[in-house]
Amino acid sequence: MSQANPQRNLTTWKGVCSETDLVSNSGVVVWLDGAQVALFYLPGAQDQTLFAIDNHDPESGANVIGRGLIGSIKGDLVVAAPIYKQHYRLEDGQCLEAPDQRLRVWPVRLNAGVVELALD
Amino acid sequence: MNHLKTLIVVGNGMVGHHCVAQLIERGALDHYRLHVFSEEPMRAYDRVHLSEYFTGRDAESLALSDASLYQTPGVTLHLGVPVLEIDRARCEVITADGCVAYDKLVLATGSYPFVPPIEGAEGDSRLVYRTLEDLDAIRKAAANARRGVVVGGGLLGLEAANALKSLGLEAHVVEFAPRLMPVQLDDFGGLALKAQIERLGVGVHLSRATQSISAGEQYRYRMNFANDEFLETDLIVFSAGIRAQDALARQAGLDIGPRGGVVINDECLSIDPNIYAIGECASWNGSLFGLVAPGYQMARGVAALLCAQTAEPFVGADMSTKLKLLGVDVGSIGDAHAHTPGARSYQFIDEASASYRRLVVDASGKHVIGAVLVGDNSYYDTLLQYMQNSIALPSEPASLILPSSNGAPTLGPGALPESATVCSCHNVTKGAICSAIDGGCSDLGLLKAQTKACTGCGGCAGLLKQVFEHELIARGVSVDKSLCEHFAYTRQELYALVRVEGILTFDELLAKHGRGHTGCDVCKPAVGSILASCWNQPIMDASLVPLQDTNDTFMANMQKNGTYSVVPRIPGGEITADKLIVIGEVAKKYDLYTKITGGQRIDLFGAQLHELPDIWSELIAAGFETGHAYGKSTRTVKSCVGSTWCRYGVQDSVKMALLIEDRYKGLRSPHKLKFAVSGCTRECAEAQSKDVGVIATEKGWNLYIAGNGGMRPRHAELFATDLDDATLIRYIDRFLMFYIRTADKLQRTSVWRESLEGGLDFLKDVILHDSLGLGAELEAQMQLVVDRYECEWANALADPEKLKRFRTFVNDKRPDPDIHFVQERGQRRPIMAAELNLIPVTEEIA
Repeated sequence: MSQANPQRNLTTWKGVCSETDLVSNSGVVVWLDGAQVALFYLPGAQDQTLFAIDNHDPESGANVIGRGLIGSIKGDLVVAAPIYKQHYRLEDGQCLEAPDQRLRVWPVRLNAGVVELALD
Repeated sequence: MNHLKTLIVVGNGMVGHHCVAQLIERGALDHYRLHVFSEEPMRAYDRVHLSEYFTGRDAESLALSDASLYQTPGVTLHLGVPVLEIDRARCEVITADGCVAYDKLVLATGSYPFVPPIEGAEGDSRLVYRTLEDLDAIRKAAANARRGVVVGGGLLGLEAANALKSLGLEAHVVEFAPRLMPVQLDDFGGLALKAQIERLGVGVHLSRATQSISAGEQYRYRMNFANDEFLETDLIVFSAGIRAQDALARQAGLDIGPRGGVVINDECLSIDPNIYAIGECASWNGSLFGLVAPGYQMARGVAALLCAQTAEPFVGADMSTKLKLLGVDVGSIGDAHAHTPGARSYQFIDEASASYRRLVVDASGKHVIGAVLVGDNSYYDTLLQYMQNSIALPSEPASLILPSSNGAPTLGPGALPESATVCSCHNVTKGAICSAIDGGCSDLGLLKAQTKACTGCGGCAGLLKQVFEHELIARGVSVDKSLCEHFAYTRQELYALVRVEGILTFDELLAKHGRGHTGCDVCKPAVGSILASCWNQPIMDASLVPLQDTNDTFMANMQKNGTYSVVPRIPGGEITADKLIVIGEVAKKYDLYTKITGGQRIDLFGAQLHELPDIWSELIAAGFETGHAYGKSTRTVKSCVGSTWCRYGVQDSVKMALLIEDRYKGLRSPHKLKFAVSGCTRECAEAQSKDVGVIATEKGWNLYIAGNGGMRPRHAELFATDLDDATLIRYIDRFLMFYIRTADKLQRTSVWRESLEGGLDFLKDVILHDSLGLGAELEAQMQLVVDRYECEWANALADPEKLKRFRTFVNDKRPDPDIHFVQERGQRRPIMAAELNLIPVTEEIA
């Protein structure tokens, strides 16, 4: 279930919520020391099943990404921003409509029922 | 640069502008410095659509090109600088700003409205309808007016009457001739048009010559006609014809035609070899041409000549025209009056709907040479093509104008020759469209930009689309109607699959009929809506939650700052004092901005995600249900107070509204559904602007369908009359389910209705006469949805698992710290980006 491989020993993993807080095929948001991180959980996805991406929507200026709809566009898993409907790639935060727009993403894993984010 | 000659265009109307655009396009700036003088203070605008200035279009959106055209190096536009004189001997024009020498001069000074000399006509009793400034003057005069009169029942006069009507005035038309539009229509056509216009509440007064204007008693002015007849009014707009604006040419000693206008030859050249005249200020063969298409034709010819290119000689123009005047279709083609020797006519008169059609054929009976249409222009394109391309008439020529059960007969786009003109304003042939498509153009918008087709009067829009789609298909380009990359089906096809195979979940549908494992934000909400329309299971059920668009997911309407608005259902707009107090208390407790909606409900704004369950617990405890303001679903049933209280009411409209709202609440559909019920013909509930409108009669209810307000208003159509309660509900059941079954995604009933082949008659056959044998099935489907209704919020509140999502942060109790409000008019509203630096200050004050 854990997929973000622990690349370096230096990585600090921080538990943010329980696995039971997640909603399948949809998003929830966690507070991370001043940042807002949207967690999307796709239990049926082929490779990665858990994604962590910035909750702040640069187009509307509101913190709403976690409430966006999940979809796939040409093979990429994306979230559609709920206000003005731009699509952001879950894997790396890239906006498909605006090449210069990219949301921050965090390495994320499930560790014994706890969702953990990697801090850098 | 000294080798450049100087070319001056006088006038920046539609024709002058077209000439400039053509000159630039053809490379004239390699040979000329171009000066354009305009008397008006703004650059060329679309006079054909002038009346839209009163219905919301502003001057900038009426402008004919973006400003950059006149910023092209080598082009100088002098706005608000009239040319006062032409000195032909010195080849100079004289303006208030000085003299400019020319090598070539193009007069495109247009025309001015003719105002007959009538005693007492001045100020607001002598308005005209020609320029944006004229329209401003009319608007100003209308501000304190109740009634307005247009003198002149021609094309422009009726446009002006429409403008007065759209300004809220009682409009009248006074015409000297014994019929309306005497130039374009014959007697029967004039009669039909008069009947239709009078039905719209516009007074029509024929064979009236205004002799003088004096002070009125009930209104500002009194127009005195012969025989002591009179008409009182607050303002008068003259539209009694146009006159060529030829004062400059007269002063310069150019030849003037018998009805005014600069005399020109086939090259649009005046008697002076350096001076051309084009458009309405030119007189060719003794005739003036007051339409935009011949003006454009002249402009193209002159531009070509000035660029030393071959030009088609101007040899007169087809004055065929089609318009919508006051909402009434009017078309006139070629020899509408059958003046051609030996011409014979076919006529169709429908006094019930005040429609009229006349087909004029030549002596041989083989070719169309003219036509008159009143009431239905769907015949126009075909008839015009028959005439322009001398296509042989069918064996029964009258079939071209007779009503048929399949709508107007159309000449398929495939039957048109390559030389057929599709757009006469810009002279674009079917051949030109085909070569653009062959050149890779596969988008209608792009095609218009490339060929300019349909960018003049817009009358060829329908034909252009037909030709375009026909040619695409002929080239093997399939017009892709797939919902998205995951489903190669239309919404309608998916609906049928879901229903026939009894599919209950998105995953099942995707596995059986789609691609991939995820779907997207196009197909998921569309399928979610189909599943809800078919089976009506709670949208918060685990398998359905991920399908909903953001508003459905949280059962509230997301606003720009990420907060939500909450709308409890208030059926029929009827509410007790106790319930009003509860709404007030909830709004106060959660500090919600409160606004009355257009659908007779109350909208509470500014709730954060985690507050929604608490807010709804309190509302539900007080007896409220969700209002589905967030869904593509039944919204509101607006009602007037009806016979219970109103002295005019003939039925209990509130009771009927409650019955309808209770029945269809929670019904999900391709788009939102709005209803209204009026208790009498005064129509205070505005039912004719709704998807389903019900208006009380002495005997029961009249049903109207497919109306719309909003961006594209559409009057609902009368569908059935004097229905009893049960029949009314049965028809609405069938209508809504048939819409849900056959509409495209996000297609309102109005657009769906317009796209239905067979139109209103077909829909009546299906719903009223059960021509497809679907009636019982549609009713049963509706009954299933009705029986399964439950309040989604009550359902969600009863299940802790479903409430898990209503947390701003799943690991922290705090609200979103980035949401800020300021106080305005006693309530809070979201802070604007520009106010963000004020936050600390506002917080201190608050």
